[in-house]
Amino acid sequence: MASVTADKTLDTSGLNCPLPVLKTKKALEELQPGQVLEVISTDPGSKADIPAFCQRTGHELLETVEEGGKYIYYIKKKG
Amino acid sequence: MATERLAIIASKGTLDWAYPPLILGSTAASLGIETAIFFTFYGLNIIHKEKMKQLKVAPVGNPGMPMAFPPSVKKTPVAGQLAGLMEAIFPGPPQLMGVIPGMTDFMTAMMKKTMKDHGVATVEELLELCKDADVKLIPCQMTMELFGYKYEDLIDGLEPPGGAATFINYVLEADKPMIIFV
Repeated sequence: MASVTADKTLDTSGLNCPLPVLKTKKALEELQPGQVLEVISTDPGSKADIPAFCQRTGHELLETVEEGGKYIYYIKKKG
Repeated sequence: MATERLAIIASKGTLDWAYPPLILGSTAASLGIETAIFFTFYGLNIIHKEKMKQLKVAPVGNPGMPMAFPPSVKKTPVAGQLAGLMEAIFPGPPQLMGVIPGMTDFMTAMMKKTMKDHGVATVEELLELCKDADVKLIPCQMTMELFGYKYEDLIDGLEPPGGAATFINYVLEADKPMIIFV
């Protein structure tokens, strides 16, 4: 279980590159700065792509949880 | 802030080659990079209202193609066993099979089904995502005339047709320009 609470959850299960990243970008647009987005993905490629997206865009990747074939990311929208 | 621009040249008109420019373009834009895709030669088919629905993947001249039966077919009782047997004998469709009428359509259907089973977006979806992310989609004026494509034959939401100078200028206006040729 993650130690962070999310303001919104985005489930991208079953979707493949580049959809998890594109949908994450869109979901973050709807949040206020400082709010946290939870992204659920089944795409193993997201393990490298979501951190790269965060590094590039300046949003903070707070935590990554891997459980039961799912990758869960907690991303704090940049202020 | 220094402007970063990615300009992608899409010159191929097959289903498989439609993916790299659209995936890279939509993703780069979502990473905050100004992005344009310049569609030239057969790449114009990717943004042609009718031809975009007929993009195909060719088994001929493509020895890297795996024998691609979609996961959903492999799970069905009889067809799945047959597909498994085919895959065991042939690692890929033998090049000779490409001359059989309908083979390209068959391989295309298999590829589309496999992509759907794997949650890969369609070309139409990726084009919409590119437009949503403000990727500039520029058709090449010269090849439009060469192929007899009118601006109205192409999908909505495109930039005006441009030439080599438009493209080069777009790239070099940026502080950090990048070009990818597909």
